[in-house]
Amino acid sequence: MTIPLRIGFIPLCDAAALIVAVDKGFAAAEGLDVTLVREVSWSNVRDKLNIGLFDAAHLLAPVAIASSLGLGHVKVPIAAPFNLGLNGNAITVSPALHAAIMTEISGDPVDPMATALALARVVAKRRKSGAEPLTFGMTFPFSTHNYQLRFWMAAGGVDPDEDVRLVVLPPPYMVDSLASGHVDAFCVGAPWNSVAVDLGVGHILHFVADILVRAVEKVLAVRQDWSEKNPEVLAALVRAASRAAEFIEQPQNRAEAARILAQPERIGVDAEVVQRTLDGRLKISPDGTVRESSRYLLVGREGATRPDPVQAAWLYAQMVRWGQASISPAALRTAQAVFRPDLYDAALGRDGKLTDAPGAIGAFAGPPFDANDIPGHLAAFAIGRQKS
Amino acid sequence: MGESSPKIVIVDESPIRAAILEEGLREAGFTGVVHISEMQSLLARIYALDPDVILIDLENPSRDVLEQMFQVSRAVRRPIAMFVDQSDAASIQASVDAGVSAYIVDGLKKERIKPILDLCISRFNAFAKLQDELDRTKSALEDRKVIDRAKGILMKLKGLTEEEAYILLRSTAMREKKKIGEIAQSILTASEMLK
Repeated sequence: MTIPLRIGFIPLCDAAALIVAVDKGFAAAEGLDVTLVREVSWSNVRDKLNIGLFDAAHLLAPVAIASSLGLGHVKVPIAAPFNLGLNGNAITVSPALHAAIMTEISGDPVDPMATALALARVVAKRRKSGAEPLTFGMTFPFSTHNYQLRFWMAAGGVDPDEDVRLVVLPPPYMVDSLASGHVDAFCVGAPWNSVAVDLGVGHILHFVADILVRAVEKVLAVRQDWSEKNPEVLAALVRAASRAAEFIEQPQNRAEAARILAQPERIGVDAEVVQRTLDGRLKISPDGTVRESSRYLLVGREGATRPDPVQAAWLYAQMVRWGQASISPAALRTAQAVFRPDLYDAALGRDGKLTDAPGAIGAFAGPPFDANDIPGHLAAFAIGRQKS
Repeated sequence: MGESSPKIVIVDESPIRAAILEEGLREAGFTGVVHISEMQSLLARIYALDPDVILIDLENPSRDVLEQMFQVSRAVRRPIAMFVDQSDAASIQASVDAGVSAYIVDGLKKERIKPILDLCISRFNAFAKLQDELDRTKSALEDRKVIDRAKGILMKLKGLTEEEAYILLRSTAMREKKKIGEIAQSILTASEMLK
């Protein structure tokens, strides 16, 4: 007997494990008949998951936490038993902003502190000359992109709410908006950074792995009550996604995985662009400069797929830092309980001990993250919007 | 906001659907309706209009842009999403099925929202039906053209009259359990290959 499932996704490279699980037959092998539904907005994915039109979804990790906390929206407890990707975002800037930062920079442009300090000088000069504040695009208020941009620029002394404008832009509009000057920079997932570079309208300034060594990006999300009613179906889905993640990480399978993901009804871009992302070998400048990083996007390696509640705590801490959430021990517990390593271990028959010990968050600025002392941790950062 | 007609903004890239909805709202007595079809600077335009209700189609990626309205701490009037009100699950389901979402500025009474939303759902459904009919008419027209061309080929190659050519197409379609349009298309394909 096969079990029908409807799963929503946004066409991005970090939906890879989900798409390959279905199109390569790993889901069918687990007795699941999955219909993948391509969506145009995170709001749609969230709402359709919340009201039960989707059984599961490819979801921004912070949206899963916000939904469980009832922030800005309906409170629907979410369970995330599987990480679909770590890292994978990049900050892309317009040629003009790139030139301005390179004029001001002292140090290595790969060092986010050097670029953040240079950005602060660019911002100060613009203010002096009466120019409009710089505008940065990101994908959603509760998004890793929002927190990563803020973390980076605040470390250099740029207040993301006072000194620049941060605006939400749907990923498919990012490149056009950069080309038209509607935004000066954006933080988004693959493949959109590469698309901007290929069109000659942007330079990739940072991989997010420069800013945070290990940052959870998208999760496989289900409603908590659904997970309780369908434990076996969920375990089967986790196993299928896990096989897909392992498949994608085998170098000899990369070309096939990229072809599957590139299909028009999946991500719908050139297979070559998808493969660049999976391989972590990206063209970062219209002049053809290539930068490689083994940490660009982690799908199935380095224990990437196992949910880590410390990551959930870090995301919650960012919500607190930027005034989206109030600080409370109960809210922290709720946020951490979204990430379910127990369900992951049960599905895969693991004993909970990791073969690859995950590193910490590994942020480039500030003290190491301490999930047990978020107020103390946040006190180390000068810029923030904490609610009193 | 008193009892005057609430200001409604429709965010929709489909001008026809927006017109259908706008007309319906006006007929129902909602006079303050503005349609936005340009997605650039969407938020700035909405702030300038300061609406009580925002309606957006679910196929519009700019829905995520609207979510930013919840974040602006200095905004005087804070909108809430329709979905926040969980008391009316049926109308939430109906609106998602119809493909529309509503954002309602805090303070507008629930009984004033209901007729707007119901109208919205019915007009969106009516539009979907219209679109469906249009698609079917288009494909029927397309079939008609293909059949005419196939008849022409049969008349020329087999020396048949138009009526005989049509009867041949129809009987073949019945025998093969296919549509006449499909048989006609295969004749066109074959004649193209044999050229």
